[in-house]
Amino acid sequence: MNYLMRGIGVLATVGAVSLLAFSLPSGEARGDGGGDALPKLTHKNWQQECASCHLAYSPALLPKASWRRVMGGLDQHFGENASLDPVTQADILRFLETHAADSGNSAIGNKVMRRQGADKAPLRITETRWFVNKHDEVPRAAWSRKAVGSAANCAACHRKAEQGVFNEHDVRIPK
Amino acid sequence: MQKAGFSMIKHYFCSGLAMLGMVSVVALAAETPASLITQYAQKAGVPVSALSPQRGAALYRTEHSGRDGQPVSCASCHTASPQQAGRTRVGKRIEPLAPLANPQRFTDAVKVEKWFRRNCMDVLQRECSAQEKGDFIAWLSQLK
Repeated sequence: MNYLMRGIGVLATVGAVSLLAFSLPSGEARGDGGGDALPKLTHKNWQQECASCHLAYSPALLPKASWRRVMGGLDQHFGENASLDPVTQADILRFLETHAADSGNSAIGNKVMRRQGADKAPLRITETRWFVNKHDEVPRAAWSRKAVGSAANCAACHRKAEQGVFNEHDVRIPK
Repeated sequence: MQKAGFSMIKHYFCSGLAMLGMVSVVALAAETPASLITQYAQKAGVPVSALSPQRGAALYRTEHSGRDGQPVSCASCHTASPQQAGRTRVGKRIEPLAPLANPQRFTDAVKVEKWFRRNCMDVLQRECSAQEKGDFIAWLSQLK
């Protein structure tokens, strides 16, 4: 009887600890563990608004100062009017800042920051040294192929980009 | 007496809840292309019959000089046929605009206003008038 109770106690403790270990706050879940895995994030406005025109780019790929610049100029967002109502805009910025490269809560963000001067606030992910270095084997001509359009179109080559998977095995550069 | 008081409170509370529920239903009420056309006509101060699908089609197709000097129209992203899917400038799919091809179109007034504001600024370099918006939806909703 005593052993039974103790057994149940041990099982419950192990269960609780593993639950804690595998569930992270604010909708996060562990990525696939690779050094360049993007943190899996959920945020309604970020996903709905940003992803109506392009992939909802990970906040971990730019520092806070960059996100402030991006969100402060939505009426001229890379040549397009992407303006939002002030409440939604503030909500998305808060989320981006919380998970930005320099927020210190993702391995990939730390990598981006290590390669980037701390004072730099690029407007484009493609301007970060991390991105340029990651893509240095991609032939220049590939970026402007019709099926790609621009370097902003992650999903053209990263076939599982929509699911947050940027694994090299899933890369197919269109001809 | 106390019981009666409680049931009265309960009654008010419940009817209050029901009213709140109705208000939120109204706020969330799905618009239809027809109800939006009516609203835009009212805002423009004209009868619905004064809206023109022909003008709507012209608004969609007419090219303007965009910000970078390149000709731009609604069709630039939404393609020549609003029944077809379009592509954003970075290559993401845009679901068809015509309600018959995409029943979710013109069912959310806030979303409709957001996109008119953005896209009219991009294509026309100004906001669209209520009449233009009415014309536009009138044209799209009669496309078969």
